Amino acid sequence: MDYRLSTVNRRQSDAQINSDLLRPLLRTSWRFYLLVLVFGSIVLAAVGAWLYQVNSGFGVTGIRWPIFWAFYVTSFVFWIGISHAGTLISAILRLVQAEWRRPVTRCAEVITVFALMIGAMFPIVHLGRPWLFFWLAPYPSERLIWPNFRSPLVWDFFAINTYLTGSVLFLLLPMIPDFAVVRDKSTGLRRRIYGLLAMGWRGTPKQWHRLETAMSIMAVVILPVAVSVHTIVSFDFSMAPVPMWQSTIFGPYFVAGAIFSGIAGLIIAMAFLRKFLHLERYLLPMHFENLGKLLLVMAVLWGYFVFNERLVTYYGNEPAHMAVFWQTQRENFAPLYWTMVTGNFVIPVILMGLKWTRRTITGCVIASLGVVVGMWLERFLIIVPSLGHKYLPYAFGHYRPRPIEVLIAGATFAAITLLYVLFAKVVPIISMWELKTPEHAPGGGHGEVPEAALGEVRP
Amino acid sequence: MKAVYALYDDGRAAQQAVNRLRAAGLTDPEITVLSGRPMEEFEFGHIDKATWMWWIACGGGLIGLSGATALAWVTETWWPMNVGGLPTFAWWPNLIIMFELTMLGAIIATVVTLAITAGFGRGKGRLYDPAVSDGKILVGVEDPPSARLEALQSALSVTQDAVIKIV
Repeated sequence: MDYRLSTVNRRQSDAQINSDLLRPLLRTSWRFYLLVLVFGSIVLAAVGAWLYQVNSGFGVTGIRWPIFWAFYVTSFVFWIGISHAGTLISAILRLVQAEWRRPVTRCAEVITVFALMIGAMFPIVHLGRPWLFFWLAPYPSERLIWPNFRSPLVWDFFAINTYLTGSVLFLLLPMIPDFAVVRDKSTGLRRRIYGLLAMGWRGTPKQWHRLETAMSIMAVVILPVAVSVHTIVSFDFSMAPVPMWQSTIFGPYFVAGAIFSGIAGLIIAMAFLRKFLHLERYLLPMHFENLGKLLLVMAVLWGYFVFNERLVTYYGNEPAHMAVFWQTQRENFAPLYWTMVTGNFVIPVILMGLKWTRRTITGCVIASLGVVVGMWLERFLIIVPSLGHKYLPYAFGHYRPRPIEVLIAGATFAAITLLYVLFAKVVPIISMWELKTPEHAPGGGHGEVPEAALGEVRP
Repeated sequence: MKAVYALYDDGRAAQQAVNRLRAAGLTDPEITVLSGRPMEEFEFGHIDKATWMWWIACGGGLIGLSGATALAWVTETWWPMNVGGLPTFAWWPNLIIMFELTMLGAIIATVVTLAITAGFGRGKGRLYDPAVSDGKILVGVEDPPSARLEALQSALSVTQDAVIKIV
């Protein structure tokens, strides 16, 4: 079978799509319980570690002056970056009407919501007194100190909350027709719950139009918001007088890196879903290959940004900047730096550049794993070497992560997997109504209705 | 509720049924069409398409922008803080807050408009058949006049295998 010519919805009937995609909801296998047990245990261990940190103070972590931002802020930036997998990619593919997007969009949008939730959690994990996190919110406190609107941390608050709100709604809206299908296919309490979630959806032409118009508006609105979110995250660094941080390229560099890591995260998640939910008929090699092409483009773009950043720093030859520069190129952090370059550039460019590896799911997943590791290291290498080598020697320092922060940062990968598994248990992980909609429908919702579609009598 | 409706396997038959109901004197608001997916390749799929949603989203954005401007102005002038020699009310950083809340306003306005105009939460007691979820297309009339029931049934009998139901 030539998978390039095959499309999902030409081959599957509506009933077949319902049956295949509702199976994980209506039947529970032992693998579900096993996954929940394994990943749930890791998450619980991390919660315990965090409570221990809250109780004992930050002394139990490796965070010391002058490196106050380390694993936690690395994880914050990393997960906000991964969140660009979904809403941004989904919105772009919707706007350009890429037909192959249909089985991919929901998998992607879910990653956005969960990655944002996990990312947004880290500023709180990073607080010594986490119960005071609400001081970030713009409210008139009894101390008569409102948040400083000129602080990038307050910009983060607004940007992340706007993106999270938009992403949750962007995910939820197209789920409503699918909730109606689950309602119709289930009984008892489950039917009542999905009936509530479906909010009386019937599928009138008016409802479909309004839903599609709302999705178009959301796609247009969410794109600049997604770009702004990671630009603002980059401002957390580039607005500070720290060597190699004050860079005008940081905004686009961070956005490109976020999309890059997001695509990698999406490929891994899709491969996981395909395997465990038996979605081979829906998540085709074609989808992995197309995302692999995007990964290749972003790998090259990432290499371009890194080259720019490094070359300009090198020519500037500022002593403080060069100290950090050499730390990463050939001193303490060089092994991590070159691992990052290998993961982010060498592996994806080779694997996704060669047709025979790009067309295999294994090739795409290996390249994506390299990118995920590389992008986490990239965030770490932006933060730690610079904070450890500021302008004056009195502010030099080292960072050694302790088990607490390694566990908490590592458990976030288990947390997103757990959330994903639970989500796939209660919501069809592929948008069923979008799969059922024929590709390149005449009129397509934007043009004229062909005469042949008007029927035999038109009063 | 009393209704007469038919279930069709394909859009062409559903389109014919809609056309025949129109020929029988019914207006579009009196005809109910339900499907498990958008049917934009057929004329009946374009019923009730006109919407102000884009404009309402723009309005929501303007409200968000106004709210952000007011929030920034009130915060920074009522409780002034001297930060790095910047003006008390600094436009550049405030533009970020204004942008985010503009977009948030547009998003919320869009979703509220969708919920109201698509009739979310108002489907109870309305004509529906779960077969729609399996790909059938429902065409029918809610609360039909008894005198016209036979004529409507005849109009809905587009194909031999069309299932006509009265509820």
